[in-house]
Amino acid sequence: MATLDSLRLTDRIFVRTYPWRRIDPVPWTPLAKPLSASRLALVSSAGLVLPGQEPFDARVRGGDFSFREIPTDADVRAFIDSHRSDAFDHAGMASDPNVAFPLDRARELAASGFVGSLNRRHLSFMGSITAPGRLVLDTAPRAARLLVEDGVDVALLVPV
Amino acid sequence: MSLVAAELERQGVATVAIQLLREVAERVRPPRALYVPFPHGYPMGLPGDVDTQRHVAATALRLLESPSLVPPLLVDFQAEG
Repeated sequence: MATLDSLRLTDRIFVRTYPWRRIDPVPWTPLAKPLSASRLALVSSAGLVLPGQEPFDARVRGGDFSFREIPTDADVRAFIDSHRSDAFDHAGMASDPNVAFPLDRARELAASGFVGSLNRRHLSFMGSITAPGRLVLDTAPRAARLLVEDGVDVALLVPV
Repeated sequence: MSLVAAELERQGVATVAIQLLREVAERVRPPRALYVPFPHGYPMGLPGDVDTQRHVAATALRLLESPSLVPPLLVDFQAEG
């Protein structure tokens, strides 16, 4: 279980003292149609990229706020881990990227009819963004617009 | 992830976010969240544990279909069996 006590002292202090940006008011979009008729997109912050894509840049001060588009037919075994953080165990997603980017599981849920369809693309971010201003003002709105243009109804967000 | 979830909701996409640290979820307040009892690096469960991974995804997505929920919503994941 991930608890504050399971983190290293430096990470524990960070979590306790970091001025987390409180979402207020909390925006709320009700589900417009049954899941079985909804289009799903995945959004992960595991820092995964595909071969040929630019790795996330660990040198960006405040954290790399960019994102990569992941085609829905991507092979999860091809994912490359470019997450800069050493605050979590990377071995799990190295062994099975579905641990942090559950594209195979999403395909199964679409094949079984649990969700109506998968979007043609999914989004990959890298977490550990300590200065989220550019994410909030620039990349998150752009990312959201892409999914809206695609007709996405629901998004499953997976941090790492 | 929570900040991206909030932006998606503002633009009309319903979201649910996996959460690994309850304290952070309570402070940041993503619109809908499923708190999972897994270590950092393992938000969907263990490598190769297809059933648990799928159960986590399905449980999270089912939160979207509950009609009587009020934001922000934070629900604990219950493992099967």
